[in-house]
Amino acid sequence: MNTLILLSLIICIAPMIAAIIIGLVSKRVGNTIAHSVTTVSVGIAFILACYLAKLVFIDNQVANANVYTWALSGAFQFSVGFLVDKLTALMMLTVTFVSLLVHVYSIGYMRGDAGYARFFSYISLFTFAMLMLVGANNFLQLFFGWEGVGLVSYLLIGFWYQRESANQGSLKAFIVNRIGDFGFILGIAGILSYFGSLDYATVFQAVPAVAANNTMLGLTQHWQVGVISLIAILLFIGAMGKSAQVPLHVWLPESMEGPTPISALIHAATMVTAGIYMVARLSPLYEYAPAALSFILVIGATGALFTGILAIVQNDIKRVVAYSTLSQLGYMVAALGVSGYSLGIFHLVTHACFKALLFLAAGSVIIAMHHEQDMRKMGGLWRYLPVTYICFLIGALSLSAIPPFAGFFSKDAIIDIIRNSQMPGSSYAYACVLAGSFVTAFYVFRAFFMTFHTDCRVDATVREHLHESPGVVYWPLIILAIPSVIIGGLLVNGLALQGDLLGSAITVLPTHSAALRLEDDYSGAWAMLAHAYLTPAFWLACFGIVVAWFCYMSQPHIPAWAAKRFSLLYRILVDKYGFDSFNDWFFVRGTRNLARFAYRIGDVKLVDDFMVNGSGRLISWLSSVTRRVQSGYLYHYALIMIVGLLLLMIWLAK
Amino acid sequence: MSQLPLLSLLIWLPMLGGVLALFAHGDAHANKARWIAIITSVVCLSLCVPLWMHFDISTAAMQFTEHDAWIPQYGMVYSLGVDGIAMPMVVLSTFTTLVVVLASWQAIKVRVAQYMATFLIMQGMMVGVFCALDSVLFYIFWEAMLIPMYLCIGMWGMENRTYASIKFFIYTFFGSALMLVAILYLRIQSGSFSIMSFYNVPLSMPVQILIFFAFFLAFAVKVPMWPFHTWLPDAHTEAPAGGSVVLAALMLKMGVYGFFRFNLPIVPDASNALSWMMIVLSLIAIIYIAFVAIGQTDMKRLIAYSSIAHMGFATLACFIIYLVVNRLDNIQDAYMSLEGAMVQMISHAFSTGAMFFGVGILYERLHSRYIHDFGGVVNTMPVFAALFMLFAMSNVGLPGTSGFVGEFMIILSAFQASFWIAFLAATTMIFASVYTLWMYKRVFFGKITNPAVSEFKEIHGSEYAVLVILAVFVIGIGIYPLPLLNVFHASVGHLLTLSQVSKLGVVLS
Repeated sequence: MNTLILLSLIICIAPMIAAIIIGLVSKRVGNTIAHSVTTVSVGIAFILACYLAKLVFIDNQVANANVYTWALSGAFQFSVGFLVDKLTALMMLTVTFVSLLVHVYSIGYMRGDAGYARFFSYISLFTFAMLMLVGANNFLQLFFGWEGVGLVSYLLIGFWYQRESANQGSLKAFIVNRIGDFGFILGIAGILSYFGSLDYATVFQAVPAVAANNTMLGLTQHWQVGVISLIAILLFIGAMGKSAQVPLHVWLPESMEGPTPISALIHAATMVTAGIYMVARLSPLYEYAPAALSFILVIGATGALFTGILAIVQNDIKRVVAYSTLSQLGYMVAALGVSGYSLGIFHLVTHACFKALLFLAAGSVIIAMHHEQDMRKMGGLWRYLPVTYICFLIGALSLSAIPPFAGFFSKDAIIDIIRNSQMPGSSYAYACVLAGSFVTAFYVFRAFFMTFHTDCRVDATVREHLHESPGVVYWPLIILAIPSVIIGGLLVNGLALQGDLLGSAITVLPTHSAALRLEDDYSGAWAMLAHAYLTPAFWLACFGIVVAWFCYMSQPHIPAWAAKRFSLLYRILVDKYGFDSFNDWFFVRGTRNLARFAYRIGDVKLVDDFMVNGSGRLISWLSSVTRRVQSGYLYHYALIMIVGLLLLMIWLAK
Repeated sequence: MSQLPLLSLLIWLPMLGGVLALFAHGDAHANKARWIAIITSVVCLSLCVPLWMHFDISTAAMQFTEHDAWIPQYGMVYSLGVDGIAMPMVVLSTFTTLVVVLASWQAIKVRVAQYMATFLIMQGMMVGVFCALDSVLFYIFWEAMLIPMYLCIGMWGMENRTYASIKFFIYTFFGSALMLVAILYLRIQSGSFSIMSFYNVPLSMPVQILIFFAFFLAFAVKVPMWPFHTWLPDAHTEAPAGGSVVLAALMLKMGVYGFFRFNLPIVPDASNALSWMMIVLSLIAIIYIAFVAIGQTDMKRLIAYSSIAHMGFATLACFIIYLVVNRLDNIQDAYMSLEGAMVQMISHAFSTGAMFFGVGILYERLHSRYIHDFGGVVNTMPVFAALFMLFAMSNVGLPGTSGFVGEFMIILSAFQASFWIAFLAATTMIFASVYTLWMYKRVFFGKITNPAVSEFKEIHGSEYAVLVILAVFVIGIGIYPLPLLNVFHASVGHLLTLSQVSKLGVVLS
């Protein structure tokens, strides 16, 4: 077996084995064994992923091979296998890095929890599923990983299963994701139907020919759609579920019911980026589906702005960060929409670092506050949590795209290529992402000021015990803070400017790549920093920070006044544009009513009572009639015989 | 290999064991009956080992055949044999009975001998159905099988058992009456009762349609297809756990097996012409029944409806082959559909069977099947909750579990037939997760609200063993279905060929 394939197999399997061992014996082993086994296995995976990255990026190796044949049916073969190229290596590195830190962090965060071992088993299982997803060389395994991460996400959102809200949230997450998967599996079915295989390599090779033939699929007699566009949109519907794009974003805020390390790992850094990874991986397909790209662009940009606005009215520190994740995912998706696949991945990587940092920092605050998450009950925490304070600030600056932090490079490049794009819908998208820079800076610094500055509104009892979190908690923060500062500058050349870091993993058609060329002054990381002050996005972000300072530090009465003055707008925002109310009313209640109707009217009344028992009644009625016929009176029989004879004669005479 | 008449042994040995067990009646001899049952089923399962090992997967021909004179005056032959479609079902029947016997080790405390005998005899008859190559033999096993199931529901059932057992009996018996007429007609045309000889009989379209419906009624009731399904929820809710398992794991499969063995090869033109009807009925089962399942308050009823929806996939797969072949003109592409149906059936046996066991375990502890009586079971039975989650996920069709394999193959085939069929069938992705996980949430998660739940004991002993065995199969098939598919392959190919050869051209010769 090829070294790369063997390596990626071990990288995937190591966390799985740990998850299974700890899962099976969770009741019998102590916490130390539980977290050591899983953390070490993920540590091994991380080290091997580093080595893999070295082989792929420095030695320029690529591999694509099947491990075993999963199924064979007629003309179709389904396999499990790995495609190891630069995209895979980068993703494996990101996933194992964040996962390892979250494992370490959880040792502190989950201390004393009754489900300690179960928790570690789950997050290792998650790491396995996510690695299978990014390592896949075919759609079947992609779907396996896709659903696997969905399962673990479901289990972890509902981790504290005694809480009703957690159970609601996990069920909602699973079902909404399944709505996306409904599109996803149809997309896969379309791939098999038109390409005859689920292997990436075979499919990618055949795409240009299918596109050139302009193969159409008749949805109705008069409604023909291009096959590639249809498949691309169907697959993207899956991404909308997993990567929480409007209108399937509703599950992500409720996923915050899970433990905070999970929010960092699954619902910010890795799983929710699966959709972005998928589209980037399938760039050879999406390039031939311009309609799908426009769709992606509009959906992404809409999410980038409008979900960001919602973060402004949240008071739960985790929910602010959650809405911020929705908004940042919107940026990544919008980048994909203008063929900026490597930029989408770039922002994915930087976001994984700074968003994990923000979540873990928020988690550190939550531990210190004894699981209080309402920012209205915080304030002035910088005094008590200096390390967390600095780390959160770094994360916030990076998120706000302030140079020279990592987020600046990736986000600024995205905004810039959307500006250059000629794609239908790009002007709208540009307006959205630009306005989003202001909104992002505003909400994150609002949260920052409310939590760490302003007057201390903490309970007296809690305040007595306020202190910095233990080392296993703050060291991961520090380690994450480093890439949150530097990784943007390190990767900007490869992923944004020359765009050749991912090499052949990404395909961009020449007609699309013209727009990807950034302005001349972007000739390197330093030049980009030096010219930051020329971009409107930079000034908008700074303005956002200033406004946040003004509203929450300088003139703290403004927010309350604004909420009253613009009460309609405020209510719309608190109501999250009414998505949840509409879904509850239309889908949840609608389904329940329809279900009740189907059962009570359809099954009980119509089928069972009318048709089934009805035929029973009919038979007993018939038998009572026929019983009457056999009355025993001779003249009855005679009469019937005469009538019968008459009828027979009439029939014969005809 | 040995010249043992394996199939005959698999049919008659359990019946013999059943009769033996009856001698151990009376509660004093309960353990004796249990041991007889378990030894019989273990022996039977070990007989399946040579069956599986010596089965030649490269041919579609019947294997392990036995032909003995039976009623020569009428040309009825005691002829048995299995192909790649029947053999897995035989093994599944034997396996399921062992599992039922194991599971009822502790659960059944009254009339143990009769209970064990019922299931052993039922096993023999079901194996007979899958092995019979003579249509009359098939018919006899088919009808005889109803009696033990009727007794099972009637004797060990719950409060409403009389209604359910009679409904079950009349429904299924009524369904198969016309099948006998069709068999007799085919006998006259072909000069033999052998099912294989029916495959070569030329038949005109009107005759094919009539025969199709005669078989259709028998099989559609068994599957059950909408609107012949209302006996199933009643039968399931009233039956004891073991009865539900056999019903779900095996009896429903006979309907689809019937479509495989009779409708598709004997009346291919009618099957082609009526495929639209079968597709519509299957889609109704998948979508409408899923809605009905969402509205259930009784766990067993919910799983029963979920069974109907899952079997809808199997019947859908049987009949989309015509659309696939018509559209693509390539028989290779249709394999996946029928093989998907086979996997779906086998997987359904494991996951739904396990869920019925699970509900049986809960019932034993609380004597209720109603969702609202539970809540927070995970607090007292975490291992059971974890295992049940696995089966629920298989029911939902999560990749890595057996439930995914069949659904995936069928949805992919359906797309080849028509986008909209795939679209409608794929809604199961959403609905199955709604009814399964919503039930799971209400039963297992949350705080304990019913004080009785806090007294629950974790599963142990045979309960644990049974669920773990089933879990191994659910995961095994999910991760590596290839060996199973290889068993079907040749026979499915043969069936596909038969189902595509028109019988109209040679008529009136």
